[in-house]
Amino acid sequence: MADPAMKSTKGYRIPGEGSSFAISVVTVITLLALWWAATHLGWIRDLFLPTPEKIVTAFIDAMRGDIQGGKPLSEHFMWSLIRVFSAFFFAVVTAVPIGVAMGVSRVMRGIFDPPIEFYRPLPPLAYLPLIVIWFGIDETAKIVLIYLACFAPLAMAARAGVKSVTIEQINAAYSMGASRWQVIWHVILPAALPEILTGMRIAIGFGWTTLVAAEMVAATEGLGQMVLNASNFLRTDIVIMGIVVIGVVAYLFDLLMRLAEQWLVPWKGRV
Amino acid sequence: MSSLEIRDLSVNYEGSKGQSTLALSSVNLSIAPGEFVVALGASGCGKTTLLSCIAGFIQPSAGSILLDGKPVLGPGAERGVVFQKHALMPWLSVVENVEFGLRMRGVGRQARRAIALDKLRLVQLEKYANYPIYQISGGMQQRAGVARALASDPAVMLMDEPLGALDALTRARIQDLIVDLWWQTKKMFFFITHSVEEALFLATELIVMTPSPGRIAHRFKLDFSRQFIECRDSRAVKSSAPFIEMREKVLALIHEDSGAAHG
Repeated sequence: MADPAMKSTKGYRIPGEGSSFAISVVTVITLLALWWAATHLGWIRDLFLPTPEKIVTAFIDAMRGDIQGGKPLSEHFMWSLIRVFSAFFFAVVTAVPIGVAMGVSRVMRGIFDPPIEFYRPLPPLAYLPLIVIWFGIDETAKIVLIYLACFAPLAMAARAGVKSVTIEQINAAYSMGASRWQVIWHVILPAALPEILTGMRIAIGFGWTTLVAAEMVAATEGLGQMVLNASNFLRTDIVIMGIVVIGVVAYLFDLLMRLAEQWLVPWKGRV
Repeated sequence: MSSLEIRDLSVNYEGSKGQSTLALSSVNLSIAPGEFVVALGASGCGKTTLLSCIAGFIQPSAGSILLDGKPVLGPGAERGVVFQKHALMPWLSVVENVEFGLRMRGVGRQARRAIALDKLRLVQLEKYANYPIYQISGGMQQRAGVARALASDPAVMLMDEPLGALDALTRARIQDLIVDLWWQTKKMFFFITHSVEEALFLATELIVMTPSPGRIAHRFKLDFSRQFIECRDSRAVKSSAPFIEMREKVLALIHEDSGAAHG
């Protein structure tokens, strides 16, 4: 039995090891306190940065629908959620198979590499007009724009994930009588899953960043539209409230994805 | 019972700059059923290439391999392989790894589970059947790899330096276990190692290989593994006078060969 009073040893560690949670809490509290001080002590004018209380009030007003446009926050929220997640869903079901195909087939890589690598670095706002001309101004155009933002990082992740399978695992599967398709489905795909999940986290992030651009054209509801509309009336409080809502939702979803990671790929980093 | 026939086997690796390396040069080998073959040699002597050819992972540049008179054309379930690094699937549990091949070939859930548990019992791992791969030790992982190869009931067990990464104590224990498995299953084992002691202890047919180009330089018939089956004392076998004498002889041969290659 170790003496409970005895100090535990401290050796050299990998730089950056250990939990950073407490420090992050301090950071958030400090930022909020700075915000409070800056607005209440008159360092910054109300138009540029309203007080934290005004954001809360804006939130409550928006919940009641008591803002420009007259739609409650829940409706804006639902529309944005539907757009982002339907686009994300379509991106997952198309980009993952294509990415894996690019990883395992020379021909598929040759076909898909140029178009994906070409459009991937383009800013969505640059091709938004084209999307509107091609798909009209209704939901399709918005979902297509977000879909394109999610697609590239997912395809890249799936393609890179294929490389995490070892040649021994593939040879082992063949020498146990597996077919080529079985090797892809039962060996390569599960081996690529950790990177695909990371790609999903990155992709949904791109989806949220494209939301405002997608809701710029002919939207009457949606968080991005709400923020844009509020900015036209210099309602900084609603702008910040909208930003906070998007940030919090995106963060909560990322936490959910991290839980899914722990549950789906518990072996990640341990073999 | 299966026999193995290797005829004029050559493997030429093509380099990226057009230069080529002759990894195996005209290897001929004929092995009777049920033998424990050990290929011994320094790195670069082509022993892993030889095993990869028998496994069907590599197409030879020339020559042929016949298993029971049938040519080897690609990987197949009648040749079980145990790898240097365990090559298990970390997303599957120990028992799911062992039954993987049976599942791929459409064996029913209950039947394949029964076979897998039986093989795990053979390698004394049945208590760990439901453990994740990353929670068992390196020695256990290699035993799981052996059970997985056995699950397909192969004619030949091909083992590519399976114990190379283990500590000496674990290594000796698993050597004993492998001799027992060979004796119980009556299968042909083809085992690769660069440890002279391990080779002598396991082999009934020892082939000593030399590099550049890879070829078989010497061949010995041994019976230390059979002695172990009778006396159950591997340390006594490994410290007996004939064993030590043989070890020195093989070491001298290897030194001679490498001296000739470098001189």
